[in-house]
Amino acid sequence: MKQVCSRGFLSLTTLVISFSCLLLVGATTGFSAGEAGTPGPSLIQPDELVSILKSAGGPKPLLIQVGFNVLYVQAHIPGSEFIGPGLNPDAIRRLHERVEALPRTQPIVLYCGCCPWNECPNIKPAFRELDAMGFKNVKLLFIAHNFGEDWVKKDYPVAKGK
Amino acid sequence: MKNRGLLILTLALSFGAGLSQGRTSAAQSLAPDFSLTDLWGKKLDLASFRGKVVLLNFWATWCGPCRTEIPLFIDLQNKYRNRGLQIVGVSLDDDAKPVRDYYRQLKMNYPVAVGDAGLAERYGGILGLPVSLVIGCDGRIHARHTGIADVSLIEQEIAHLLQGEGCRQRSPGN
Repeated sequence: MKQVCSRGFLSLTTLVISFSCLLLVGATTGFSAGEAGTPGPSLIQPDELVSILKSAGGPKPLLIQVGFNVLYVQAHIPGSEFIGPGLNPDAIRRLHERVEALPRTQPIVLYCGCCPWNECPNIKPAFRELDAMGFKNVKLLFIAHNFGEDWVKKDYPVAKGK
Repeated sequence: MKNRGLLILTLALSFGAGLSQGRTSAAQSLAPDFSLTDLWGKKLDLASFRGKVVLLNFWATWCGPCRTEIPLFIDLQNKYRNRGLQIVGVSLDDDAKPVRDYYRQLKMNYPVAVGDAGLAERYGGILGLPVSLVIGCDGRIHARHTGIADVSLIEQEIAHLLQGEGCRQRSPGN
């Protein structure tokens, strides 16, 4: 989908597909694509992220979990950092402090997986904070149901503990 | 073509994402016992409910689907209390205060305690919320519901289990 969205506006078909992409991203995250005159966040699929993490070379994104602590302790993506539920202002403050010194081109992947995608209260405030800070390369890991169903049960890499 | 397929897949996932992830029939293993302190300082032992059907609900105050279920569970507790149903809530909030506030606000009528990762792992991992387990009077797990539950299905399961042997009914007024 990202590739389709980034191909440009060369034909009517591409235009329609691109607009649909913007609407779709908005619909699936609770963001409105045109609300601030800018497109919503980019999504990354779990298998795509696994490929990036397993690849030998290339820069790896900063992975940040914005879900609840009990979930993180049971299972999280190796190397990801726990910040706390994105709906919690304290967690947003920690997120701000964690990334403040980073270049605004730093690739960052946010994920939660607490609940079904449309119901997740955490990822939206976290994205908004990074967006407001000027980060241009932020992706949201699309977890349709929850972290257990869409990551752990697929045997993707998992770490445990605090 | 591949991209179009991905788009359709993403659409399908998105539309389905708000729905229940469904029910799994458990292997009827014994529900792991636990002893917690509830929100008001009282001991909460799962074993003390043996002889009743228990609906064990893992939830959190900030979880939208969980909040949808709670009023329905309150109704279920009222309806089946005297027939031997005991609902038990385990919140996975980081802090008990919002749970207490929510409990008062909703006038919840069953015990709730705050759980931790250790308890979650003993129940096979709670890697998304809500999760509800239907436990029979014999202490065995009969069903596990992941995601927002079909409460009418849970009610059917409860009603069926309450008819089983070993269930002790509570007389009205007790």
